[in-house]
Amino acid sequence: MPVNYFPAEFEVLRNYDKCIQCRACERQCSNKVHWFDSDFGKMLSHDEKCVDCQRCVSICPTGALKIRPNENAFRKSANYTQPLMTEAYRQAGTGSVLLSSMGTPKDYPVYWDKILLNASQVTNPPIDPLREPMETRVFLGKRPTKMKFDKNGELDLSLEPSLALNVPIMFSAMSYGSISKNAHESLARAAEELGTYYNTGEGGLHKDFYKYGANTIVQVASGRFGVHKDYLNAGAAIEIKMGQGAKPGIGGHLPGEKIKEDVAHTRMIPRGTDAISPAPHHDIYSIEDLRQLIYSVKEATEYKKPVIVKIAAVHNVAAIASGVARSGADIIAIDGFRGGTGAAPTRIRDNVGIPIELALAAVDGRLRHEGIRNEVSIVAAGSIRCSSDAVKAIALGADAVYIATPALLAMGCHLCRSCHTGKCNWGIATQEPELVKRLNPDIAYHRLVNLVTAWNHEIQEIMGGMGINSIEALRGNRLMLRGIGLTEKELQILGILHAGE
Amino acid sequence: MKYEYVIIGNSAAAAGCIEGIRETDKKGSIAVISDEKYHIYSRPLISYKLKGDVTEKQMAYRPADFYKANNVDTMLGKRAVSVDSKSKFVKLESGEKIEYEKLLLATGSKPFVPPMEGLDTVKNKFSFMKMDDVKDIEKVVKKGAKVLIVGAGLIGLKAAEALEHYDCDMTVIDLADRILPSILDKKTSEIMQKHIEDHGLKFILGTSTKKFDKNKAVLTNGTEISFDILITAVGVRPNTELAESAGAKVERGILTDKKQACKGVKNIWAAGDCTVSDDITTGTAHIIAIMPNAHEQGLVAGRNMAGSKAVFDHAFPMNAIGFFGLHIITAGAYTGDCYEENDGENVKQLFSKDNKLNGFILMGDKIKRAGIYTALIREQTDLTTVDYQLLCEAPQLAAFAHEKRYEILSKGA
Amino acid sequence: MKKVYVNEERCLGCHLCEYYCAFANSGEQEMFKAFKLGKNPAPRIQVEDGKGINFAVQCRHCDDPLCMKNCIAGAISKVDGVVKIDPQKCVGCYTCVLSCPYGCIVPGKDGHSATKCELCTANSGTPQCVQNCINGAIVFEDRGEQA
Repeated sequence: MPVNYFPAEFEVLRNYDKCIQCRACERQCSNKVHWFDSDFGKMLSHDEKCVDCQRCVSICPTGALKIRPNENAFRKSANYTQPLMTEAYRQAGTGSVLLSSMGTPKDYPVYWDKILLNASQVTNPPIDPLREPMETRVFLGKRPTKMKFDKNGELDLSLEPSLALNVPIMFSAMSYGSISKNAHESLARAAEELGTYYNTGEGGLHKDFYKYGANTIVQVASGRFGVHKDYLNAGAAIEIKMGQGAKPGIGGHLPGEKIKEDVAHTRMIPRGTDAISPAPHHDIYSIEDLRQLIYSVKEATEYKKPVIVKIAAVHNVAAIASGVARSGADIIAIDGFRGGTGAAPTRIRDNVGIPIELALAAVDGRLRHEGIRNEVSIVAAGSIRCSSDAVKAIALGADAVYIATPALLAMGCHLCRSCHTGKCNWGIATQEPELVKRLNPDIAYHRLVNLVTAWNHEIQEIMGGMGINSIEALRGNRLMLRGIGLTEKELQILGILHAGE
Repeated sequence: MKYEYVIIGNSAAAAGCIEGIRETDKKGSIAVISDEKYHIYSRPLISYKLKGDVTEKQMAYRPADFYKANNVDTMLGKRAVSVDSKSKFVKLESGEKIEYEKLLLATGSKPFVPPMEGLDTVKNKFSFMKMDDVKDIEKVVKKGAKVLIVGAGLIGLKAAEALEHYDCDMTVIDLADRILPSILDKKTSEIMQKHIEDHGLKFILGTSTKKFDKNKAVLTNGTEISFDILITAVGVRPNTELAESAGAKVERGILTDKKQACKGVKNIWAAGDCTVSDDITTGTAHIIAIMPNAHEQGLVAGRNMAGSKAVFDHAFPMNAIGFFGLHIITAGAYTGDCYEENDGENVKQLFSKDNKLNGFILMGDKIKRAGIYTALIREQTDLTTVDYQLLCEAPQLAAFAHEKRYEILSKGA
Repeated sequence: MKKVYVNEERCLGCHLCEYYCAFANSGEQEMFKAFKLGKNPAPRIQVEDGKGINFAVQCRHCDDPLCMKNCIAGAISKVDGVVKIDPQKCVGCYTCVLSCPYGCIVPGKDGHSATKCELCTANSGTPQCVQNCINGAIVFEDRGEQA
């Protein structure tokens, strides 16, 4: 037997006083951790197969299960940690690039947690959102810069195409293929009920979901999967994806096993073939090229739909955003490096890009400085974890935010970061019919609606405390923010004062 | 006295008939005549009473207010002796005449006791069909009594099971070479015989009694058996005398059409153990003396008597019974291709013919969800429309086409 | 009237409804006690695992219940639309098991009586299979069927 270099990452603890051998854990584990041993007459487990998705723990009817980390697999080292060691073993065995899913687990600074919000006292008193109107409706798109008159001297009231959001929150791009059809249905239905938008990602739009078009943002990425005229016209807006926060400079790779009949049809590629999105768009090597694509899709959709350009937060994001704003894009989405992914090379995910907080502040500052802030709306993405993160993002200059990981959590995701295996026990990041079934869209969509509704209540509450009664008045209002434990340089980039100042 | 509906008999068929009439005719007067003096009770439960599992009260086949709730007059403990179908009246033993508009004969059957030499010298001899039989046995049975049962059929063995609770020393004899020949095949009857023998019963099969002499029986093979109690359960005969007196057609049992109307006379229906049914699993007409049949026939008769339309066209034998904890469920005829599973006392035999399930024998653990098989027979389901292989493995709705299952699961029956 | 329905598109075949059902009818306060004290209560709902499909089956509370018509003891009745077995009267002959076309009557563990789904009318009043289904596959609703 070969040497096993990989100790179990987790231990399954079973309280045999409570285990009634219903075998639900066994039936619901796609990793085949649990089994009933008829010789011993009890449930046993293969700890080494456990990914800590918590499905078994969540459904065990007697609460007999616990999963805990196998703490002392290797001798402790703050420098050579257990993940680093197992990764070295894995690569020594395979010669392959390491793959990971979801946002980086590494301990990078989270600037949201180093920013505090303001509230009114005495003067400019707080507003009670339960008694006073509190506007959270947001429009995304170009704003008119000057008044225009027609030949007859009448005021031209026409506006550039825009998106209207009842809440300043949208669901960010997750492709059909990386997530299941049921997950997509849940997002689409939730967006419709909430009066906001979900995003197809680069996997095309399943034929069943064209009916949610009014609440759909259709994405065009470097692989151009599933892109055709009807697709472009189906959505309320078109997003050109230049980069993703979790893997800037990298394309996408959906393995052939996930390309089942429906996914293949939707993506317009043969069944079972790997879907590879190139790192660059092969027709975009300059801002001018980007402009061509933007106007191509605008042309295809008769200039009725706003175009979003999504870029990853990288070192010179501000200059890039400035170029994008001048390329004709209506909306820029900036995706921070802590954002999630269905699959990314581990080293890229954990080391490339910059935090959304700094990128957002830099972009907003730069566009304002150049006098082109009104040319585009800004959507912040990549680890907006809760309503106060959203409020801080808006105060730093975003018009709205994209959320994905919290949406997945609402649907049951436990962040086990195993999406790339395709065996998601929660029926989200999988195409296995038996697993997809586990996500009931009737339940999941309702939970998504609840989540965003709750966040919106909190946003109203926070705004009210600040004495602000509309998102418009919060946007870029950095006076509402103070840093804590930040350096001069960080405060300067964020454009905020330190607490106490 | 005159009634719109007169029912002779007071068991399952009678109950079915009353329920069938009252579905549409809430007012028409109904009378029930029975030579037994009891509130409607379940005949098969007499063995459970003897065993002590149920009280007389618990044996009620319908609630205590059944007659009252259905506005039924009862003449209990009164024997009907003849029917005049021309003048439409029933004559009672007392001479009383009960006039009817419509009559149901639900006269059931009686024990058949073959002539046996010296039987009249036996003091404690009983049949095992009615409440009074049990009451009579209860009066004389003592712990450890020696019991001789003639007949290893359903009735004889149910009596034996009940008497085991008195620690009786029991011997069962039968002319047939195996037990329960009416519902089990050779193999399964051997398994059941072994199971019953393990509970202390003795069987002497392929033998009959030559003669009786008080507390002693001499068998044809010369064996002598002494006993305290004799139970004869050789067989039953339908009570057809009243039908004959009315001029209805009788061949072994009373003949009826699918609406349970008697042939050869008007305004008379018949239901239950006294009638002949067309067995869908054999294609032959014979008496299928089982309670579900009786109730169903009574119900159909009642509906027709009250003017609604109903037919009973899916008669076939079926039995669910257990002895000493070993349960069996059987139905239909045991002919055709046989699918078989055998695991000690857990046995499954499915018989299919012409793409239809024709019969089955299930024993022990295998009885679970048997009704799914029964329905295949009842509905004469074409087995090519279901996954029969899956059904052989276990009775399950998964074997049905999606549409059929959807109908069951999402709409209910 | 309200009845229990299963959606086989949603049923995961986890069999948990069987355990919640058995527990609900066990009279115990804790599920593990119901199963660990040797009583091993029988569920009245059964999950079928077919080829790529799963679904739970329980009494359909038929309009014209065969089990009730066929019961030799008169132990089965329909009360407010719910088909019930009177355990005082049932002698465990299992003619109902023989009769039910859907296989929904369960031989009791004691071998002396049959049990079946009574829509939890005798315990919580809310069908526990519905309450505890992890995927919303079992619902309790009125689809316009008669009581």
